[in-house]
Amino acid sequence: MSDIHKPSRRAVLAGGAAIAATSAAASGPDPLITEVQDWAQITGEGVDATPYGLPIEFEEDVIRRNVEWLTADTISSINFTPIHALDGTITPQGCAFERHHSGAIELKKEDYRLMINGMVDQPLIFTYADLERFPRENHVYFCECAANSGMEWAGAQLNGAQFTHGMIHNMEYTGVSLRTLLNEAGIKPEAKWIYVEGADASSNGRSIPMDKALDDVLIAFKANGEALRKEHGYPVRLVVPGWEGNMWVKWLRRIEVTDMPVESREETSKYTDTLANGISRKWTWTMDAKSVVTSPSPQSPIKHGPGPLVVTGLAWSGNGAIKRVDVSIDGGANWTTARLAQPGQKMAMTRFYLDIDWDGSEMFLQSRAIDDTGYVQPTKTQLREVRGLNSVYHNNAIQTWWVRDTGEAENVEVS
Amino acid sequence: MSKYLSIGAAGGTAALLGLAFTAAGTFITPIPDVPIRGPIDVPTEAAIVNASATVEPETVDNAPAETASTTVLTAPSEAVTLAKLGLGRAALPEEVTAWDLDVRPDGLGLPEGQGDALVGEPIFEENCASCHGSFAEGVDNWPKLAGGNDTLDREDPLKTVGSYWPHLSTVWDYVNRSMPFGNAQTLSPDDVYAITAYILYSNDLIEDDFVLSKDSFLEVEMPNADGFILDDRAETEYAVWSSGAPCMTDCKENVEVTMRARVLDVTPQEEGAEPAPAAAIAPAEETVVTTIAKAVVEAEAEPVVEPAAEVVEVAAADPALIAAGEKVFKKCSACHQVGEGAKNKTGPILNGVMGRVAGSTEGFKYSKVFGEFNDQGLVWTEETMSEFLSNPKGYAKGTRMSFRGLKKPEDLKAISAYLGSYTE
Repeated sequence: MSDIHKPSRRAVLAGGAAIAATSAAASGPDPLITEVQDWAQITGEGVDATPYGLPIEFEEDVIRRNVEWLTADTISSINFTPIHALDGTITPQGCAFERHHSGAIELKKEDYRLMINGMVDQPLIFTYADLERFPRENHVYFCECAANSGMEWAGAQLNGAQFTHGMIHNMEYTGVSLRTLLNEAGIKPEAKWIYVEGADASSNGRSIPMDKALDDVLIAFKANGEALRKEHGYPVRLVVPGWEGNMWVKWLRRIEVTDMPVESREETSKYTDTLANGISRKWTWTMDAKSVVTSPSPQSPIKHGPGPLVVTGLAWSGNGAIKRVDVSIDGGANWTTARLAQPGQKMAMTRFYLDIDWDGSEMFLQSRAIDDTGYVQPTKTQLREVRGLNSVYHNNAIQTWWVRDTGEAENVEVS
Repeated sequence: MSKYLSIGAAGGTAALLGLAFTAAGTFITPIPDVPIRGPIDVPTEAAIVNASATVEPETVDNAPAETASTTVLTAPSEAVTLAKLGLGRAALPEEVTAWDLDVRPDGLGLPEGQGDALVGEPIFEENCASCHGSFAEGVDNWPKLAGGNDTLDREDPLKTVGSYWPHLSTVWDYVNRSMPFGNAQTLSPDDVYAITAYILYSNDLIEDDFVLSKDSFLEVEMPNADGFILDDRAETEYAVWSSGAPCMTDCKENVEVTMRARVLDVTPQEEGAEPAPAAAIAPAEETVVTTIAKAVVEAEAEPVVEPAAEVVEVAAADPALIAAGEKVFKKCSACHQVGEGAKNKTGPILNGVMGRVAGSTEGFKYSKVFGEFNDQGLVWTEETMSEFLSNPKGYAKGTRMSFRGLKKPEDLKAISAYLGSYTE
């Protein structure tokens, strides 16, 4: 097994001596250096060649992907963020996963209306322009589908972090706090819930208890500094920090203040969790702490052979901030605390790194997140012991990648 | 916690939003009876408040220097609403009526109207059966609406309206607002009552002559009404595996592989590619991912529109008309696919449909009437297509296509042009 060395040893490594030992000697002068290349001779593209830039063609495999057999039709389906190929924590909008119930609609700002009705002093209608006049907030939050890793309940199934853990994205949102808008309408004392609903043909709607509604829920119209993408609810979506993505209603058109939940399709027949005895949990809104090694992983194998290796991944918790992430290279027998790139932020993704000196032998890579409530990410065995085998949602189990001596990795379960 | 509490302003806005988001886990318990203050009687002139008078002590240092003309609506560091801004406008009663359609478990929100399963059967057949099956048994991956009794505690439970859904209101509400898929919010209240009754009848929950209405609604008992508990993870899970410091060394004796993704082999791969054998793993350079990515990119690079010469003979290949048709086709795309990689879905592939004999897409199971069209040698031209699409049920009696038709002549022209741009 490989040594996991401390940052101080890493510093020594970077200093030179160890690198010389692991780097292959050059077999001759590198023509990329000794010969004048096209790009050093001929000019490149001028400005305005791409008024809105896309990633360079060499990155064309960093895209969302769908698992066709999962759903009957792409119009009511989901795809996956290529987390295996990203770094840092912010997910670019263009490759952030999509989940539609009736397809991504095109709704102009001019045609946008938001209604607040129900148990309020004054039912109100806001235009998009109205929303822009309320005091704004900026927050980074992760949005995870409750079904993320759901295909892995029965056993290791999909071979890649994108497919096992890619129903998630993490963006910086700009918007107006929901409590500001509710205040504008004036909530009646008997109100206990809100029901939020989208403008698309699915009429996706969810009930949210009032204490959450008044806490940190955001009416968002920008993500990562620019307008929301069509597929993420342009022009306005709801942001419900730490809670399952289905509640982040896109194309938000109505907020009804009520004294009881609506018990819509999405909060009864779906997004409920059936236990072994046939009884189902409902209102399982929070996404518990979770982490995954994004590289190396099946879609991001080790190509450089033994020696210095960056093990990296993502961690997040719907209950608070990530406090610590441990990494194991031996399937959970021994753990080393990884380095967090930044201190964890509430309900936002945290990037972790573990810099190791890989000896080229096989590894069983795992990561284990711990949040600031003290919650420790469980194993799949622990989850199954409590929930049985019929769960669909809320699989936040520790993931194992079996890294072979070739550098290739596979999704496995271990004892 | 205190940041949501009072930002003391003039005239009684204090404690306006006194509900704090407490420690994690507590919000999954029943909602506490915390009083929420409703009306806020702030004089208009108090709506704009001076910063220095309202910001909490610890943030005062960050507040901008006070000048005679400086008025801010929020504290600089935290956007806490102080008072109403008077934005937006009053919602009109007819606007609220148009959008406030949801129905609650107690039946609140149900309109007048009625229907029974006998009336519902043909309506279900026409609007729902192409995806959910004639007996609500489900087609392909589309949801099964009936059956599954007593399966919830078994392996792979079958969750249907009858076996799983706790509230009848949810069925009515979902059919009314979200169905049929691709043609939502077109059913009348009577239709929705009748369809709901048919689904209940298919689950043996009512007799075929039981008339469902807002008055009889609560008489129907849903078998799994008591099958739900509130989220109890805080008690049953958090306490179990988050107690004490997690083990760091020698946590287990043996680590053995118990399950491998490659054995199941369901990860998306390039079509035609050999699945990676479980024993021999491909070299790192030829990973699964690169092959998938290549397939996707190649598919996108293929020109979807065939050369103009072939298009012209079907319809005027006016790019603007084709583009208009592409928009109209969104109404069809819930069931039909065109272009590279198109597959038969609820409806047949439409590549090459213009100029072809009706009911001739290979591998698609047509309704009877299309078999008859095929026998008669009916050819799809702009004229026949327009006739069909302006009144699908009238033109093709008994078709399973639930689309109600296109009204505008320009849409009909555009859709023919668009379909004509996709040859086989």
